[in-house]
Amino acid sequence: MLSLGSGGGKSAKPSFVSYVTPEEIKLTEKELSRKESHPDLLPGEVVFCSASPILKYTQDDLSQRGVFGTLFCTNFRISFISDEDPLDEAQLFKNKLYGENDIPLTCVDHIYGGYDEKKKLITGGQVRNKYPSKIIIHCKDLRVFQFALTYAKEEEAKKIFQGIIHHSLEPKSLKCIFAFSYCEKATSVSDIQKIQRTVMFDTVEDWTQEMKRTKGNCKVVSANEDFSLSPKLPQFFIIPTAVLHEDLTKFQGKGLPIWCWSHHSGCALFKTASLPLMQEDGFSQTYKIYMERMLNAVAQTHLYSVKTEELSDTLPTIQDIQQSYSRFKQFFLIDNTTEFWLSDVKWFSSLESSGWLDIIRQYLNKAVEVIECLEKENTNVLIMEEDGSDLCCVISSLVQLMLDPYFRTLAGFQSLVQKEWVTGGHSFLDRCNHLHQKDKESQSPVFLLFLECVWQLLQQHGPAFQFSETYLTVLSDSVHVSIFSTFLFNSPHQRANIMKAESPQAQRGPLNCPTVWDWSLQFERKAQDLFTNPLYTEKTKQDKSLRKTYRPKHQRQLSLPSSAFKSTPKKGFFKEETDSLKKMLRVKRISRWLHSPDSAQASTQEFYEAWQRKPLDYHGLVLPCLDGPAMRVWMQRYLRWIHEVQIFGGGAITVTSKLADLVGEVQELRRELERQACQADSNPRRAAVLSKSSVRLSSAFPFAHSRVWSFKPAIPTSLLKSLMITGSLADQDDEDTEAVGVV
Amino acid sequence: MIERVLEQEEVITQVLAADNKINRHLVPTWHIDVLKSVDKALSPLLEFTDALSVQNTKKIRNRRLNRCFRASRESLKMEPLADVPLLPGEERVIDKDIIYMCPFSGALKGKVFITNYRLFFKSADMDPAVTLNVPLGAINRVEKMGGASSRGENSYGLDITCKDVRNLRFALKQEGHSRRDIFEILFRYAFPLSHGLPLFAFLSQEKFEENGWNSYSPMQEFRRQGLPNDKWRITFLNQSYELCDTYPTILMVPYKATEEDLRKVATFRSRCRIPVLSWIHPDNLAAITRCSQPLVGMSGKRNKDDERYLDIIRETNGTTSKLTIFDARPNVNAVANKATGGGYEGDDAYQNAELVFLDIHNIHVMRESLKKLKDIVYPNVEESHWLSSLESTHWLEHIKLVLSGAIQVADKISSGNSVVVHCSDGWDRTAQLTSLAMLMLDSYYRTLRGFQVLLEKEWISFGHKFASRIGHGDKNHADADRSPIFVQFIDCVWQMTKQFPTAFEFNEHLLVTVLDHLYSCRYGTFLYNCESVRDANEVRTKTISLWSLINSDQTSYINPFYAAESSRVLYPVASMRHLELWVTYYIRWNPRIRQQQQSPVEQRYKELLALRDQYLKKLEELQLSDSTPHLANSTAPSSASPTQRVTHLHTPF
Repeated sequence: MLSLGSGGGKSAKPSFVSYVTPEEIKLTEKELSRKESHPDLLPGEVVFCSASPILKYTQDDLSQRGVFGTLFCTNFRISFISDEDPLDEAQLFKNKLYGENDIPLTCVDHIYGGYDEKKKLITGGQVRNKYPSKIIIHCKDLRVFQFALTYAKEEEAKKIFQGIIHHSLEPKSLKCIFAFSYCEKATSVSDIQKIQRTVMFDTVEDWTQEMKRTKGNCKVVSANEDFSLSPKLPQFFIIPTAVLHEDLTKFQGKGLPIWCWSHHSGCALFKTASLPLMQEDGFSQTYKIYMERMLNAVAQTHLYSVKTEELSDTLPTIQDIQQSYSRFKQFFLIDNTTEFWLSDVKWFSSLESSGWLDIIRQYLNKAVEVIECLEKENTNVLIMEEDGSDLCCVISSLVQLMLDPYFRTLAGFQSLVQKEWVTGGHSFLDRCNHLHQKDKESQSPVFLLFLECVWQLLQQHGPAFQFSETYLTVLSDSVHVSIFSTFLFNSPHQRANIMKAESPQAQRGPLNCPTVWDWSLQFERKAQDLFTNPLYTEKTKQDKSLRKTYRPKHQRQLSLPSSAFKSTPKKGFFKEETDSLKKMLRVKRISRWLHSPDSAQASTQEFYEAWQRKPLDYHGLVLPCLDGPAMRVWMQRYLRWIHEVQIFGGGAITVTSKLADLVGEVQELRRELERQACQADSNPRRAAVLSKSSVRLSSAFPFAHSRVWSFKPAIPTSLLKSLMITGSLADQDDEDTEAVGVV
Repeated sequence: MIERVLEQEEVITQVLAADNKINRHLVPTWHIDVLKSVDKALSPLLEFTDALSVQNTKKIRNRRLNRCFRASRESLKMEPLADVPLLPGEERVIDKDIIYMCPFSGALKGKVFITNYRLFFKSADMDPAVTLNVPLGAINRVEKMGGASSRGENSYGLDITCKDVRNLRFALKQEGHSRRDIFEILFRYAFPLSHGLPLFAFLSQEKFEENGWNSYSPMQEFRRQGLPNDKWRITFLNQSYELCDTYPTILMVPYKATEEDLRKVATFRSRCRIPVLSWIHPDNLAAITRCSQPLVGMSGKRNKDDERYLDIIRETNGTTSKLTIFDARPNVNAVANKATGGGYEGDDAYQNAELVFLDIHNIHVMRESLKKLKDIVYPNVEESHWLSSLESTHWLEHIKLVLSGAIQVADKISSGNSVVVHCSDGWDRTAQLTSLAMLMLDSYYRTLRGFQVLLEKEWISFGHKFASRIGHGDKNHADADRSPIFVQFIDCVWQMTKQFPTAFEFNEHLLVTVLDHLYSCRYGTFLYNCESVRDANEVRTKTISLWSLINSDQTSYINPFYAAESSRVLYPVASMRHLELWVTYYIRWNPRIRQQQQSPVEQRYKELLALRDQYLKKLEELQLSDSTPHLANSTAPSSASPTQRVTHLHTPF
């Protein structure tokens, strides 16, 4: 058998210390001449403490090999600066805010302490007189860091350990979040123009424009401009025209059907924070009457039909999502090679038992059900949920993404996130637990779940999306970088309040935190090119004229025959609404009896198959295939840091980069042609020399770039033990049917 | 003659009736065959009858034919005889009204045609029509289903199990023993060898531009590898299969070993399959050699000649390190083989060698594994526990073991150590390991023609028992000798192409085509167990090679993303994280799995290439029109252009 970890041996740099013993360290310490290295601090960033020498283990083997350096803890990040001179490689995809050895404090997921071979989970607040010899940091972007503290002075080691624990695990107040120190000092305020036509949905015009774009016939309300109506609702929102003004102020916006999107047929999708209908107290009757009026208002939008769906009845809850994801992410937080190969054997069943893919499937399936109502039956749909800002956000944005090609462009997608999530009041602060609250009930990766669903669609229908997998991965990472206002707050109301309160000079107006959509803060222009999907083509001809109107209209599709007036008893989940709420409740109960969920499932499948039979239009409706083999793991996000599974010189990226090169070349040619066409004095240079990128990429591209490349194969260990093949077959010889004549 | 025409007439009226009903929603592929047949059959009919409304038919006919013929060029290559597109040499045997119990669209009425090559079914009342086109060679088993007195709709008929991961069920009318003739004919023609009939490959009259039998020449291949050299020589000892009847005639052996040595070694290797060279590294001269297990037996016999022979192999590239012997089997199986006279190279006897067991299971385990896989993907994909069901088939785990075995072989060779690979007889697992390792090490085998050489050499000439493993034309479906070893190998190749999408000149379509013709019996390439039997049956002269088909129409098998990179070793990652089920092969019959003629990526790439060429042409034209005045300043900008180009490289839309 090949020896383990032979891979890195050959490429070891002089300062890589193998099998370090304390005696050796005394020597190296003197040689190290204690360089005063500092991380390049961001505006407003302050170093709390530091320690050196700290050994950072290279993740991919057990041989205690690593690199020495200094560990810092600032108000933004934990940063490791290697004593080694940084490799002077031009990193195409370098993040300008934090490097590959930096962990933003909000990105820390768990910290483990290594106490004499034992690994213990560290939680904030516990007695920490004894600091561990080694700390293992699991990050929310799935990186794993291991630092040995034993080589540093005891005082320093203790201090850095306590500092890290304090700042990344213990509860803090919102104003301690780095963003506030940052934007106080940061000079460049993000330019709206730079944000690539992303609609922020913080003005009346944005909403009016959006309703015009989708040809909706509802009304924009600005009664909440000062958040007097409801702290949960955005300043401006859209409701059915039939909702009376006096109904606005009841129940703090609960039960109000908030418009999301209009289908070209006229029907529309609404969401609402549901009222507690089932309570048997005095309120419940008022609630019911109110709800009935609201439903009527929704129904009047189109053809007097509406279907309602209480999402939490049929979908996994945010706690389910959290639990499942906790199990799922463990498969990728790998400490060492042996652990990796051991877990490899049971990979598929582990994946299944985490339930993560199944949750993704259920959410996608629900979105398809809603689409069926809108697209096939042309009924209005009202989705409900307690706060109307978790499951509703996932479903409504998925529905819009599948139906409306505009949202599959980069600007459109960002606008969608702004519309449904940011101004829609998704509690990013609580769900991401940026403040390390002990009460973890409210923590849940709901937004990540949405991105996962988008990724599934993207990998099934690549050409339909203008953005790339890399874009989604980066976006999922950015959630945990506490600089962007986008993911910092629980609601627009909270955002407005805090910004006002934290501003140093009240007269200068509220603070202006950058939004995540200003990608130039994180990446150079060239790196941002990796966000676009070379498979995407813009709609030809008719669309070109539309583009001049700044925002493309969403595509009109051929509808299936409308059956809005007929009752469709097939639907199990959706309750038929007529005019009476009582009837609705009864129908709801009856529907449980009459229609098993199977029939709804069958109907959705039929809908999918009918769609599938038609030629695929990437600028029309796209639906996900939800069969087992079609649901996949988001390889780039989850496997990028795991050395063992990197395919050197391979992976889908080799094709994508080839495609991107060709796209670049074609554009260059087109420009050249245009130049020649309009300029008389065009130079006759041959622009089109094949621009083959000679750099070989690995499957983890563009992440994990500076790893030392190993040209030795990863060979699975412990293979046989794993294979549970029993029975007589395995013991037979290949030729047992023939008489063996060789004895 | 009259009879025949009347028979035709009936069919035609039926077809036309069905045809007219759906007049408006014409889908070209559906109608092409029908229309051709109508066209063909009508011409004689016109003379006989005026009953048919000739005018109408003609109108419809002409209009559609024009459209349809343009739509489908592929089928034009085949001779449209009667209702089925027939291959040259293919003959119709029987046709019958039947109900196809389609697992995806329910019971479908239609007509089944059986020729000496295929079973062809076309539904009458579906739009678009459902067709089945199954080479009889792909049939594993034909059974009667239900009896004359069976109750229930469509319970009387035929149940056909195929080798290509699907089952077909047909229902017939219960009265009058309606299935007797079709069952017997199917049984006869699906299993010709069991009935004293020739395989279709010997009847086919197909003609191709290129003769695929010339695609592999052992001498040429050895010469490509720089052989013979001063360490390796060719031996003709097996010229008439005297040394080993399952080996090819030309063998590459160490220069130092005499013919006498070879004969002695043969006595100590199972079925006389002595270690011979498969591949040699061009730089470090480390060699992959293959053989069968040593005949150690219970008593632990030793053979000085064999021991010396392996030592000679070790020395050929001048290294002092040990020779690595890869025994593909799990350790326990190797031990168990001692009971039947086999075994493995013990430490005492082979002191300059290290033995590594690769833990790959035997043909029976693989057969059961694929059977389980079929259960979860056909007809319906297991829904509720897809991942754990997939895991419980162990199919991908076996793939992982085979791949990681090959990686280890390739790794040893790269670091300059020669290796010996064997399993029990050295024709199943050994072929998998050597050919996969060669695919990793030598970019030539990743080209379309190189891959043919690889298959011809490591699999066909070295006696992988295709006839026994596939059971060509043989009715004994339960034969324990059958096993999908070659399918497994092709799956491994597919996994590699997935991990390195630009490293292979051929595409997925080639792999699927190879597997389809592994069963079809249309070409001689995969027939029989070894070269000696193939010679005896004159396969090269009496049948056509699959490579004739492939090489005469290479474009459809070419991967547009291929970037030739010689001397690059590919190490795939043999982790379950990267292995995936080959959906487009194993689940290709399921219409829910969207079958795209061309992947969108491929399509986009080709569009862009066309666009680039178009622009280049325009640019050239422009430059031609005003080139002379600017020649003077052409040098300066072009020197600046590279940097400029780089900045534009990743410009988005």
